[in-house]
Amino acid sequence: MSSMTDAPKEPFRLSMLIYDSRFRAITIQVVALIAFIAGVAWIVNNTIQNLEALGKTPDFGFLLKPAGYDINQRLIEYNSQMTHARAAFVGLLNTLLVAALGCALATIIGIFVGVLRLSKNWLVGRLMTVYVETLRNVPVLLWIVFLMAIISEVPPKPADFRSGKAQMLFDSIAITNRGIYIPEPLFSRSLGDITVLKGVLNDSFYFSISLDLIVLLAVFLGGLIISGLIKRRADRIQEATGERPTTWYLRLGVVILPTLIVLYLLGFHLGFPQLKGFNFKGGIHLRNSFVALWIALSLYTAAFIAEIVRSGIMAISKGQTEAAAALGLRSGKIMSLVILPQALRIIIPPLISQYLNLTKNTSLAIAVGYMDITGTLGGITLNQTGRELECILLLMLIYLTISLSISSVMNWYNERVKLMER
Amino acid sequence: MKKTVFFGALAVAGMAAGVAAAGTLDDVKARGKLNCGVSTGLVGFAAPDANGNWEGFDVGVCRAVAAAVLGDPTAIEFVPTTGKTRFTALASGEVDMLARNTTWTFTRDVDLKFEFVGINYYDGQGFMVPKSLGVTSAKELDGATICIQTGTTTELNLADFFRANNMTYEPVPIETNAEAQQQYLAGACDVLTTDASGLAATRASFENPQDHIILPEIISKEPLGPLVRHGDQQWGDLVRWTLNALISAEELGITSANIDELAKGTKNPEINRILGTEGDLGGMLGLDKQWAYRAIKTGGNYGELFEKNIGENTPIGLARGLNAQWKDGGLIYSPPFR
Repeated sequence: MSSMTDAPKEPFRLSMLIYDSRFRAITIQVVALIAFIAGVAWIVNNTIQNLEALGKTPDFGFLLKPAGYDINQRLIEYNSQMTHARAAFVGLLNTLLVAALGCALATIIGIFVGVLRLSKNWLVGRLMTVYVETLRNVPVLLWIVFLMAIISEVPPKPADFRSGKAQMLFDSIAITNRGIYIPEPLFSRSLGDITVLKGVLNDSFYFSISLDLIVLLAVFLGGLIISGLIKRRADRIQEATGERPTTWYLRLGVVILPTLIVLYLLGFHLGFPQLKGFNFKGGIHLRNSFVALWIALSLYTAAFIAEIVRSGIMAISKGQTEAAAALGLRSGKIMSLVILPQALRIIIPPLISQYLNLTKNTSLAIAVGYMDITGTLGGITLNQTGRELECILLLMLIYLTISLSISSVMNWYNERVKLMER
Repeated sequence: MKKTVFFGALAVAGMAAGVAAAGTLDDVKARGKLNCGVSTGLVGFAAPDANGNWEGFDVGVCRAVAAAVLGDPTAIEFVPTTGKTRFTALASGEVDMLARNTTWTFTRDVDLKFEFVGINYYDGQGFMVPKSLGVTSAKELDGATICIQTGTTTELNLADFFRANNMTYEPVPIETNAEAQQQYLAGACDVLTTDASGLAATRASFENPQDHIILPEIISKEPLGPLVRHGDQQWGDLVRWTLNALISAEELGITSANIDELAKGTKNPEINRILGTEGDLGGMLGLDKQWAYRAIKTGGNYGELFEKNIGENTPIGLARGLNAQWKDGGLIYSPPFR
């Protein structure tokens, strides 16, 4: 009836894609996207063509061929007759080991230093400042090489232990210039292992899980759960009567006693390192390369974590502390109940980046010959097979997966502790 | 605009890569410089002297090629490569040839697509230990800690040797020879293993060489030689015959001292063909007639290079052994220049 209210509709013309501000933004984006995809396609195509010209078509078949080289540090069974994929897996586990231990140690040192740096004690505060500033202002590669040089030059050679020039610590720990040997846990009535993925892809990815460890962990966790139940009962009684029953010996007992009994049943004993032939045998061998990499990465990252912790604590207003003190809380309780829960919200996001940094920095292992994934897949395998592109692509994919896993776990944790908004 | 420049640069880079694969000889001539991949420093084979000039047995081959192609033995860009970076450097065109005590193996030749142009040193893998260890045979090394350079054939030989003899060992992987030396001297490993010639060269640079012995076992064949990329036959031929010219020169008695005399013409037709006074072998390679004359004149013939850099009168003190001319009971043998 009446089309008076509507403005006369313009028919769509092609020029509107450029001159009409409603369409222009979309036009630009579409054009940019097409150009981008074309660019990427061109690069990929060019790479493939050039590789073909060199006679190197991408092929991952080499991964299932025998590797032919040995690896000194292996958390799973490995020998030179196993596949390149197996060697890469050994390297991956070495990477994960140093990354996990590194993150743990860096967090402990970092929190310690961060809190101490806020200390009112002038000397302690300044010492921590010196620690943070020296560690984080020198490239981590230098720290790794420096530590490696120290621990391969300073400690005695294994032969010195034979001639009596050097002594083992408590007759159980040997610090040599080839690494540190510590006692290992052994079970004389072991339950054996479960082997997983045997026979898959030329035995590339099988590994064994010790049943002893599973049982031990299960008993320990069970103890913790029972201990939690005891605590809840104590809480109930306290709420009902105002009297809190003494439960610490019960709670300690249910965790420790069953664990000790299982350890005894399994025949737990320590295997001590002993000098045999050229080297120490038995015990756990912490190689120089591992120790240097682990300690250097931890100390370096700890300096950053210390700053993050300090900033987190300082971000909580002083009023919170004063208010808590006014309620009669002691300073330890103030820290753990009031300040830290709030500080954690600020600390965690930058902490994730530090964990990611540390994990990626483990690839510096190459400098000290630690056989991580970069050393095996991206080092010897790459070199012996000449498959640069395939190896590097796989490496990137693996690091990406590790990093994304770490950040998703940490983000989940962050979700849990962050401020609940109602 | 920026993007255009970026893609333009990419396109140029892509085209450059394409050209590099085509004609290495034209490339080298246009550049006026030979890019030669050498080791990061192995005294006697390839190491810079006090003035920063590279010298050594392998460097001699580079210089001969540069002299043959460009007429100037110093027109070389030496690219130090580690055991790990060398093949990537060659495959990518970063260097035109590798003269870097590299072992000729089936997989490197066939699978990695390289062209070994000959053998300039017949070697084998050996072990060096401190005398104080009291070891006299490699069979006594069960449980030893062994320093190896990663990315080398030695790594694979070592694994095979210990497996075959049912022994265990602890490998300490190391990137460069210098690092291996430092770790070995610090006692972080009991044994240093690499090609026997490399061990001799390394030992020569120690403060007290007499405190270390090289065990009698040689556990592998390591024919070392220069190599080029697969697919450029002309360039491969050129490097091959430059090496052969050096070897033939020794056999025929052409030395850097008498070469000018011989170049005036001799009664021996093969010498004449090599030195360009008869026939035109150089033209077939895409070079001039004087190419071999310049190559030999630069550092002398094969024997002269050997004696000057690694021979018995040098600190490295290697005997000719397998590397003597075939006439003298060795394996060094060049096909005829005809």
